[in-house]
Amino acid sequence: MEATSRAFKSNVDRALADKTLQQALGLARTGFPAKRRAAVERLPEFEALREEGRRIKNHTLEHLDFYLESFEAKVRANGGEVHWCRTPAEARETILGLCRSVGAKSVTKGKSMIAEEIALNDFLEANAVVPIETDLGEYIIQLRHEPPSHIIAPAIHLLKEQVADAFRATHTELAPDRPLSEPRTLCDEARQVLRPKFLAADVGITGANFLIAETGSSIIVTNEGNGDLTQLLPKVHIVLASIEKLVPTLEDVSTLLRLLARSATGQEFSTYTTVSTGPRRPGDLDGPEQYHVVLLDNGRSAMLGTEFQDMLRCIRCSACLNHCPVYGAVGGHAYGWVYQGPMGSVLTPQLIGIAEAGNLPNASTFCGRCESVCPMKIPLPKMMRHWREREYEKKLSPAAFRAGLGLWAFFARRPELYHRMAAIGARILGGFGRRRGRFRALPLARGWTSVRDMPAPQGRSFQSLWAERQRARMPRYH
Amino acid sequence: MTAARDQILGSIRRSLKRGPLGEAETAALRARLASPGRNLVPARAAALDPPAQRDLFTAMAQEVQTTVDRVASLAEVPAAVASYLAAENLPAELVMAPDPALDDIPWHERPLLQFRRGRAEPGDQVSLTPAFAGIAETGTLMLVSGAETPSTLNFLPDTHIVVLRAEQVVPSLEEAWTKLRARQAARGDAALPRTVNFVTGPSRTGDIEQRIQLGAHGPRRLHVVFVDEPVATEPSAAIPSSPSAPPSPPPLAGEG
Repeated sequence: MEATSRAFKSNVDRALADKTLQQALGLARTGFPAKRRAAVERLPEFEALREEGRRIKNHTLEHLDFYLESFEAKVRANGGEVHWCRTPAEARETILGLCRSVGAKSVTKGKSMIAEEIALNDFLEANAVVPIETDLGEYIIQLRHEPPSHIIAPAIHLLKEQVADAFRATHTELAPDRPLSEPRTLCDEARQVLRPKFLAADVGITGANFLIAETGSSIIVTNEGNGDLTQLLPKVHIVLASIEKLVPTLEDVSTLLRLLARSATGQEFSTYTTVSTGPRRPGDLDGPEQYHVVLLDNGRSAMLGTEFQDMLRCIRCSACLNHCPVYGAVGGHAYGWVYQGPMGSVLTPQLIGIAEAGNLPNASTFCGRCESVCPMKIPLPKMMRHWREREYEKKLSPAAFRAGLGLWAFFARRPELYHRMAAIGARILGGFGRRRGRFRALPLARGWTSVRDMPAPQGRSFQSLWAERQRARMPRYH
Repeated sequence: MTAARDQILGSIRRSLKRGPLGEAETAALRARLASPGRNLVPARAAALDPPAQRDLFTAMAQEVQTTVDRVASLAEVPAAVASYLAAENLPAELVMAPDPALDDIPWHERPLLQFRRGRAEPGDQVSLTPAFAGIAETGTLMLVSGAETPSTLNFLPDTHIVVLRAEQVVPSLEEAWTKLRARQAARGDAALPRTVNFVTGPSRTGDIEQRIQLGAHGPRRLHVVFVDEPVATEPSAAIPSSPSAPPSPPPLAGEG
């Protein structure tokens, strides 16, 4: 998809003014964090499991070449095929080739962020293969021609009335006056409409939450069962996954599965965790005749050994989105591409370039909640700082910002001068702001004061207050 | 494709600032894959004795709207299935896994139950399958595919009934993997079954306003007939729970 991350600021303005979106986000802000907290509190080992998860993924990344080769050998031994793709274009062509090899007219799809990353649906459609999203949220946004606004709840920005409108506009074979006011009826309608499509599809495409080197298996984790119907019914199952999804063993993935559902939805375990190993076996009465794994790099191998390597531990649970005050205020579409929230702010600049996505790592209060809830302990704020540094080094940040930062750096390197100037500044601002205790507008800081007041300093700098306090305390210790 | 493969592997090694791994290191990694060690296993189920693990399985399964009917022996299964179908107002027609393990059940005692053996077809309302294991920690059923256990039975019908024997309950995922590896080795099969399904409750979604709806695309109802066979070495400690606890309002949000 065309990225609009460059327009983050106007995206945000639109999001904040969108009443429907704000109502939908209000539902999201409270739900996920409370559920996660309850699930974490119920498992005393959760913190220790986070540490183990981090260790497992770090070990895998350090030996990723070995584990990819082991995985490939096992997939082949089980009768499947692995396709290595450097770029989105290679992955798209590979998938189209597989679809054409069986004369596919329609393909069902389980939820896959990599499919979004390579913009697979548009490409298939342009090449006369009809892609059908089967996850309810993905189906809704496909009907609305929108990107997902959340990793695990792609239609979280919508209210049920908007879903009803999309269904009425698309399911024209059904009675136009049917009642569609409840999530229950909407869910039933989607089930009814999609069932024949599951049965008719020639190819099923799923993502993978994990790939297992030990057994050559792919794993999907879902709640709806759509991913299972997608991979079970058609002749061909294509798994689309990026290279960092590798995990060595079934024991290792068991640890990560304990972290995933709790971090994502606060469930003890998602409804369906499915481990797929190769195509239909002799004697099997169902299952796909072909099993293909399309492995995508798209710049990930180049992240190894850099300050962004830790990002490759991400298991896409969305806990960082659910706990981010910025995401909670503006939703996912403002981020302008496939990935949102703190993880998107780190990953997107890597995938589409910092020039395009420079706004994203700046969209953070650095409150640190994302890192504190990340099941893989990814230091997200630190990596956003790394991107800000790169942006500054490449002279991509605005001139006024760079000039201001240069001025601040001049004083910060001269502590004596800094303290004196800060004391003068605090006195002046304190004097002007004494009456109200805050400023409604400040020169050079309209970006700040247009949406909130600036608290006025009380006339003294922190340094001088601290020094005075220390002097006052001294006698007590002597 | 080979070019892409070589370039990706080369890029990984360049980024990690090394060449291909040496023989000793490769051997160590191979050994790690060949005999996988366990990581931390939570005490929740692992610390319990088998009867308590069975109770935990039941409680955790009910928490996610699986209905559980505990019966004393295989002989009671047909009556339990018939009364479940009647209570839910479902037809007494089932598609059943062609698994000989289900042949020990005296189905002929309930002649009104109609069976077809095989995979599920569109239109089938109710399926009945065995399980490979029940995982106490999370109330999860482990179902494996095979000629006798087609996976469509687990997903196509609206109602899925699973017969689980008490001795099949294991505390953790890790124990379930050990059990499955042992079975595959005994069959001389080096691979996992084509599909291993871990099922924790009926299908659900929270994709519309985060309000949980059961029966998104998979079964709307998941019912476990739990057979508490008396085991010779231990007193019959299993406490019968109320059959078919009604689903409570789902407490959990849904993921894709």
